[in-house]
Amino acid sequence: MIHIFATQWPLLLEGLGRTLLCSIIALFFSLIIGSLFAIFEIMPNKIMRVIGNIYVEVFRNIPLLVITMFFFVVIPLYVTKINGFTAGTIGLTIYTSAFIAETVRSGIQSVDPGQMEGAMSNGLTFWQSMRYVVLPQAFKIVIPPLGNQFINLVKNSSVLAFVAGFDLMYQGNMIANNTLQTMPTFFVVGILYLVITMPLSYYMRYLEKKLA
Amino acid sequence: MSMIEFHDVQKYYGDFHALKNINLTVEAGETVVLIGPSGSGKSTLIRTINGLEPIQKGQLIVNGYDLADKKTDPNKIRKNVGMVFQHFNLYANKTVLENIMLAPKIVLKRPDDENREFAMKLLDKVGLANKADSYPRQLSGGQQQRIAIARSLAMKPKCLLFDEPTSALDPEMIDDVLNVMKDIARDSDMTMLVVTHEMGFAREVGDRVIFMADGEILEDDSKETFFDGQPSNERARQFLSKIIVHK
Ligand SMILES: Nc1ncnc2c1ncn2[C@@H]1O[C@H](COP(=O)(O)OP(=O)(O)OP(=O)(O)O)[C@@H](O)[C@H]1O
Ligand SMILES: [Mg+2]
Repeated sequence: MIHIFATQWPLLLEGLGRTLLCSIIALFFSLIIGSLFAIFEIMPNKIMRVIGNIYVEVFRNIPLLVITMFFFVVIPLYVTKINGFTAGTIGLTIYTSAFIAETVRSGIQSVDPGQMEGAMSNGLTFWQSMRYVVLPQAFKIVIPPLGNQFINLVKNSSVLAFVAGFDLMYQGNMIANNTLQTMPTFFVVGILYLVITMPLSYYMRYLEKKLA
Repeated sequence: MSMIEFHDVQKYYGDFHALKNINLTVEAGETVVLIGPSGSGKSTLIRTINGLEPIQKGQLIVNGYDLADKKTDPNKIRKNVGMVFQHFNLYANKTVLENIMLAPKIVLKRPDDENREFAMKLLDKVGLANKADSYPRQLSGGQQQRIAIARSLAMKPKCLLFDEPTSALDPEMIDDVLNVMKDIARDSDMTMLVVTHEMGFAREVGDRVIFMADGEILEDDSKETFFDGQPSNERARQFLSKIIVHK
């Protein structure tokens, strides 16, 4: 095991870096896109609600791998060249954003509707009321479930391995194939995933306590 | 110019006819008290005035804008028409001072020092300058309601709507809130529409009393007629005797 790390560390670290990069990008954008669609789902405008609903239901109910393959195969066919890393990151972002939308929507709906009414009566627009009054309260409520989504996101980034995204899982596969040391390799890979997810998990718990 | 004009307004919740053919004019500067049994549509009526509830028929003109017109953005009206709720609805994530300063900052782009100074002046006026840095949950109901009034005043509105502002309060706090409201009615040219069963308030600073039942306005009297003469409507008379005996 130590041997694997000692001899293969450049590949492993590159994989770790890619996994981390993909996760950070996907986390950032899925949080924004997810929140946006969450707001769509509860807007007074019915068309917006339907759009939000369709988005969430479609992308939440298709396997991540299918979404990713779609971007990896279909986009280059009709739109533009795209590498595995990009396709995987987009797929992961869209897939995760659907789950985040559901989480954030339930958070928004658990905020007292009087908060929105108070803000709108005070002269703020719907979006301003969301931004300054409702969302800050909603996020506080949804930190624990969001933490779960983030951790799932990091783990799900292993989908990159299927589209040659050079992530941790991909490198693990390569090393295992080349060295035939399957067990120790995936042991090391597992530990490297923990290196990302454990601090994330603790940070979310810390945030939860701090904001409580 | 009239501040609020209802012309044959109808409001439905689904099939339920909540406001029936409402005709009502409130002049600028008037203080009007709205009373009526539970479920009569008082909240519904007051909430249509700043567009929190849409109307289905008729004309509703507030501060010159017609709310029945789909093209009217209710936000335009809300900048000049504040609302005070039964349960305060202060921003739970903001301090008292931030509650008061938020809308002037975002909506009116009032410069920060001017904003703060005016907010502190309002806090002083409602007797809570020492609570500027508290959060709403740390305050009593009566204190929260006075903050909510200060928050509305910070927008320098022309009109204030109150929906049972004292009915969620312990008795000993009611007067603190009513006194603030009386001061506003006396000292400013604010138009006020107040849903309340506090008849002391109506007697002292009210100009008119309106009685609603089952979604209709049954009585619209000057204060003198209402209290000293007799409301002509039988239900209004009964209702009045009930709330006055209760006090
Ligand atoms: N959002 C709603 N959907 C459906 N019906 C509603 C809604 N809001 C109010 N109603 C109904 O409309 C009627 C009038 O309600 P409203 O809240 O305006 O009465 P109110 O006079 O303010 O009563 P209270 O003194 O209890 O506050 C009631 O029968 C109520 O059940
Ligand atoms: Mg009511």
